[in-house]
Amino acid sequence: MTTRLIFISLCFAIFLMNCGGKEDKKKEGFSYEKKTATEHTVKTAETVPASKQVALNNKGVGPITSIELDAEINQDLAAKGEDVYKKMCTACHRPDKKFIGPPPTGILERRSPEWIMNMILNPEGMVQKDPLAKALLIEFNGSPMANQNLTQEEARAVLEYFRTLK
Amino acid sequence: MKNIIKLATATLSMLLAFTSCNNSKQSSSGALASNVADKVYVAPGEHDEFYAFISGGFNGQLSVYGLPSGRLFKVIPVFSQDAEKAYGYSEETKPMLNTSFGFVPWDDLHHPDISQTNGKLDGRYVFVNGNNTPRIAKVDLTTFETTEIIEIPNSAGNHSSSYVTDNTEYVVAGTRFAVPIPQKDIPIKEYKGNFKGTLSFIKVNPEDGGMSIKFQLLMPGFDYDKAHPGRGKSHGWFFFTTYNTEEASTLLEVNASQNDKDFIAAVNWKKIEEYVNNGGGKTVPANYAHNVYDEPTQMATSTLKKEVLIVDPAEVPGAVYFLPTPKSPHGCDVDPTGEYIVGSGKLSANVTVHSYTKMIDAIENKKFAGEAYGIPILNFEDVLAGAVEQPGLGPLHTEFDNEGNAYTSFFISSEIVKWKLGTWEVVDRQPCYYSVGHLMIPGGNSQKPFGKYVLAMNKITKDRYLPTGPEVTQSAQLYDISGNKMELLLDFPTVGEPHYAAGCPADIIKPHSKKIFSLEDNKHPFATKSELDTKVIRDGNTVHIYMTTIRSHFSPDNIEGIKVGDKVYFHVTNLEQDYDVPHGVSMIGANTSELLIMPGQTETFLWEPKQVGVWPFYCTDFCSALHQEMQGYVRVSGPQSNTPLKWSLGEDIE
Repeated sequence: MTTRLIFISLCFAIFLMNCGGKEDKKKEGFSYEKKTATEHTVKTAETVPASKQVALNNKGVGPITSIELDAEINQDLAAKGEDVYKKMCTACHRPDKKFIGPPPTGILERRSPEWIMNMILNPEGMVQKDPLAKALLIEFNGSPMANQNLTQEEARAVLEYFRTLK
Repeated sequence: MKNIIKLATATLSMLLAFTSCNNSKQSSSGALASNVADKVYVAPGEHDEFYAFISGGFNGQLSVYGLPSGRLFKVIPVFSQDAEKAYGYSEETKPMLNTSFGFVPWDDLHHPDISQTNGKLDGRYVFVNGNNTPRIAKVDLTTFETTEIIEIPNSAGNHSSSYVTDNTEYVVAGTRFAVPIPQKDIPIKEYKGNFKGTLSFIKVNPEDGGMSIKFQLLMPGFDYDKAHPGRGKSHGWFFFTTYNTEEASTLLEVNASQNDKDFIAAVNWKKIEEYVNNGGGKTVPANYAHNVYDEPTQMATSTLKKEVLIVDPAEVPGAVYFLPTPKSPHGCDVDPTGEYIVGSGKLSANVTVHSYTKMIDAIENKKFAGEAYGIPILNFEDVLAGAVEQPGLGPLHTEFDNEGNAYTSFFISSEIVKWKLGTWEVVDRQPCYYSVGHLMIPGGNSQKPFGKYVLAMNKITKDRYLPTGPEVTQSAQLYDISGNKMELLLDFPTVGEPHYAAGCPADIIKPHSKKIFSLEDNKHPFATKSELDTKVIRDGNTVHIYMTTIRSHFSPDNIEGIKVGDKVYFHVTNLEQDYDVPHGVSMIGANTSELLIMPGQTETFLWEPKQVGVWPFYCTDFCSALHQEMQGYVRVSGPQSNTPLKWSLGEDIE
């Protein structure tokens, strides 16, 4: 009987101590909660965030398997792409700064044209099957890339517009 | 020893179990299938074979179920405000519920009917009637939303509707209560001769389904109960049951049951249409609302119409006849060939069946038994095709399969009776639990029924479900009618009172069901198609917020410079273009419902801030992993304050 009582009291004491410890931390303010986004990308060997990785051979998963780009940028097509981009993409992507998602400026130095179009046309499939797309989802706080139901032609125009963003 | 016996018993019973399994497999291919659950089981991820549109009665809504599973998919608000979908609350949809009496946020929704082409279901629209403040609504089956409501003037208790002709030329509305037409201040006892009933023929535009009242037939002051268009050979005619041919205005329970026979009114609408097209009829003053929801602008507008064309049947000889039919007939049903007109005399022992051919013959030979207010009455015997003798008590409504069988519901004896057209012999009966009203066979009131199931809609459930206090659920029951004997498969609860239903093979409707609204085609005057265009505009005390949503933020999400006493309109556009990604929004203290905005759509709610402070709004429909982060603030200052009007997203307001 007595042993049990002692045990319970002990547990209670430990419990109280734990509580006390937390209270101490509170006094320190908010700094302990703050972590950078990169720390979120868990315990992989990579230290380069997904958005900065260069993966020009990765074509991604989706309807686009091969795209040939002309050496010259087609300015008409790019203008069309800019129009589509403004209407469909700017809610989450600003051209040159991180917003909800990453900025498209310089994206062709990091991604293949096929990957870019597949990400636009098949975001659900990409997030499930493409490791890089999955890593990007985590890096960007779990914000899903919305499928804005672009046609292949529209996505191709957006790609051309991206080529002008350097 | 004991164990051995146990083992033997177990082995034996297992063997037995297997044998019986085999048996049941064999019999399930025959008529007497034993595994009822299998017949209504729709595996996870699989789709039902039929849509069932079941009226919600006093909830004013139309429910969409799947058959055979009995699963509920959607409750479409039609005549009642629905806070869930902002129907009748959003600025866009408020005009849908406007009437000549002002805003009427409720009605009693009775009889859905699906549009037809060549006498077959085409799955474009469902028409439904509001009984209390007479209205007909049209639900578009690409969006499953109410897109048009027309009020019926000179009517009261719009019950004998909303049935459509073979090519959806017309949808009809018939008045249940006779009233003075035009309305006037007279003693109630002056009913006889002074009160009239109207049968309204509403033209449906074949292109866009738009409704307009072509003419109203001014009929004697009877109660017009149910209706059915002629089919095939009788196309061009419409049949309406009547009761209270006694023209009683009080204690109808007794006084409207005096006559041995009431009438089915046979209306040759083609003849009247021709008369009207040649300038016939009289345009009289009227006052009724016509409310149309325009999909491109996503706005409803209400127009008050000021006149209507009235036709006196006495002036169109050969257009209207009365067929005597025993004892306050309710159901008025025409078989798929168009030959038989079944009148279910509620208080009659028999189900009466008239013959279209005999009716035409009697008309041609002018064999009349008399007349009522100038309308010829045909001889009962001359038009009678036959009668189903004493099949049950309280016949109400008859549906048809594609093999020459009829199925009549019996309210008092609570059963479905299956009988043969032409021989009038009863071939089967099954009980209903309890007090069945109407029946539904998909396509059962068209030329092409899909006679696999009959759905019974019951008035009373009592002990069939777990009790929920004095008010218990209403219910429907599904019967397999593919064999010789009907078989009860399933009970399922329904929303509101299921008066009537229309069913359709899913394949006719499913391919046309819309997934999103195209943002590009959005012509809403307050649409914001890009975050770059979001803004807040003040116009005196009125503030318009042009806001957008996308997973998972509002733009703008910080707004300052709103004042107590302002009228703040949130015009919210959902920028998503992906299937099944609606966003919701509501503001603390808003005296209205949330908005539920489909991809590509713009909706508006009004908020009138009453208290100074900083007040949040948030997304009310779970949209993504960051749904809980989808929120914003509005700063409300005093009425005389100088806080500048500013808005932002992603940065502090400076």
